[in-house]
Amino acid sequence: MSDILVSEQSAPGTGGSGRPSGRLLEVEDLRVEFRTRDGVAKVINGVTYHVDAGETLAVLGESGSGKSVTAQTIMGILDTPPGFVTGGQVRFHGKDMLRMSNEERRRIRGEGIAMVFQDALSALNPVFTVGFQIAEQFRVRRGMGRTEAKKRAIEMLDQVKIPNAKGRFNNYPHQFSGGMRQRAMIAMSLALDPEVLIADEPTTALDVTVQAQIMDLLAELQRERQMGMILITHDLGVVADVADRIAVMYAGRIVEEADVFDLYAKPAHPYTIGLIDSIPRMDEKGQQLRTIKGLPPNLMNIPPGCPFNPRCPMAQPVCREKLPPLLQVGTARASACHFAEELVNRD
Amino acid sequence: MGRYLLRRLLQLVPVFIGTTFLIYALVWAVPGDPFAGKCGERRCPDQYIAFMTEKYHLDQNVFVQYANYMKNLLQGDFGQTFSQREISDIILTSYPNTLKLALVALTIEAVIGLGAGVLTGLRRNGFLDNLVLVSTLFLIALPVFVVGFVLQWLLGVQWGIIKPTVSSEMRLSELIVPGFVLGSASVAYIARVARTSIAENRRADYVRTAIAKGLPMRRVVGVHLLRNSLIPVVTLLGTDLGALMGGAIVTEGIFGINGIGRQVFRAIVTKESATVVGIVVVLVLVYLVMNLLVDLLYAALDPRIRYE
Repeated sequence: MSDILVSEQSAPGTGGSGRPSGRLLEVEDLRVEFRTRDGVAKVINGVTYHVDAGETLAVLGESGSGKSVTAQTIMGILDTPPGFVTGGQVRFHGKDMLRMSNEERRRIRGEGIAMVFQDALSALNPVFTVGFQIAEQFRVRRGMGRTEAKKRAIEMLDQVKIPNAKGRFNNYPHQFSGGMRQRAMIAMSLALDPEVLIADEPTTALDVTVQAQIMDLLAELQRERQMGMILITHDLGVVADVADRIAVMYAGRIVEEADVFDLYAKPAHPYTIGLIDSIPRMDEKGQQLRTIKGLPPNLMNIPPGCPFNPRCPMAQPVCREKLPPLLQVGTARASACHFAEELVNRD
Repeated sequence: MGRYLLRRLLQLVPVFIGTTFLIYALVWAVPGDPFAGKCGERRCPDQYIAFMTEKYHLDQNVFVQYANYMKNLLQGDFGQTFSQREISDIILTSYPNTLKLALVALTIEAVIGLGAGVLTGLRRNGFLDNLVLVSTLFLIALPVFVVGFVLQWLLGVQWGIIKPTVSSEMRLSELIVPGFVLGSASVAYIARVARTSIAENRRADYVRTAIAKGLPMRRVVGVHLLRNSLIPVVTLLGTDLGALMGGAIVTEGIFGINGIGRQVFRAIVTKESATVVGIVVVLVLVYLVMNLLVDLLYAALDPRIRYE
């Protein structure tokens, strides 16, 4: 059974398993389950995506779709137990990180792949100054002295446009505003000049006005440094401006992957259509908001066939029987829907 | 910060007066005749009783006596025993011994308790965790005198590893076993609080961030995790010093240490009320100062606590 799924979930553009493909970071057929007292939840069921230098991949999905767990697995910060990786690879420069020694993996963190977390207030250590936490990167990982590390940390605070960076160095996280805190978090993650930045819902905890500023900052830094960026979000609006490609996740799978323009112009999966339709629109003011009916499946008991079929307005008998593989439709895009071709070719 | 300190110091005044008055009133309320058995087999002569009653204001009500006592105390005069010995002398000879014992106990608590707590908190449900849980339960359940006598008998008498009693020099090496006995119950509590605190913070977001920064595990635990987990442990340790000193009576008795426990016990038996009050008053001061220190330490450990 799992062999079938492996071949079915191969996305276009990725090399076969183990073969070097020149990609910066690739996740291939990743499988993660959470073993709890109530049973086994299959959280990631064969996720495949990649990101190259200088591009931004947005990973889109509802809460519980597995987008954050995938990121945690890449970083190696998955809580084990309950989380266990049961299959697949995470390759960085072609080397499978899941088979590296702990020490080898640790060195990649921060320097190769860094992460910005959702809630900077809880993600920053409350008892150390913001400056200390940034300078720590230079001192521990680069062996710099106190003064030099401080100088570099202030430069980082400057780069993320924190006013009066020097004066702010000795402030504690709780003395920062939400937006400033997220900027400091970004400064910390970029300190070692990582090749890949994973931003896990970086604006969810912020005011709407601040959200745009943080997204702009991230996009700007990504461009300047030519980093590969994985932007995890459930907000389609955030994605449009910054992402190059979008991968849509549902129930621990990629259901659609496409160029940002293609995806908005002609979504090739009913779930993506539902997501785009549920964006509130100014010209429909006063009318009821559109939603996707139903709830995501229970991951301990994913329905047979397409996991989206109980909520899908287009569902046919085949959807309840056969799991649609993620297949290429047209050029450079893929969809895991039995009717992907029809969706792409409609007017 | 300065204003906070001043306010806290001022708060100490009513607490000090209240506690000392309670102690004073309680001690003098103990039934019995302070002159019983003072003069050997015979009853004390009326002249002596009248003289002593006059001198110590024994016929006055407790408020007047307390006021007199406090007046003298503030001038550094703890008074005298019925046999004319300066109580401050007794305090000066016995307090350092008890303090030394309590500090040894506190150090053992901090090292063993914290060490066990950190190790088990990081690896819950392992062999070590179960071992520590069972042994700490054992220590909590056993009364101090049982632990004391068993260790004294085993280590001191049977195996001859230590001397069964502590010499008057109070050498540090002699104090390790008595210190462990005194701190045995607290060590168990510290270990458990530290274990819970570490286990709770182990999954905190900032620990995850520290790991994601690629810091070595040693640093993640030793700097990021420990600093946050120490806060409840420090409270427990700080307030424990007073409890250790006050509770040293049994341990001092077992190991023959001339500390305040022994002096208080003797004073209670012989109805030397002034001695009892004097020793306890100093103990109250120790409690108050330690509490203040713990509160100040809080601010140092957790910058989110603001003292304005």
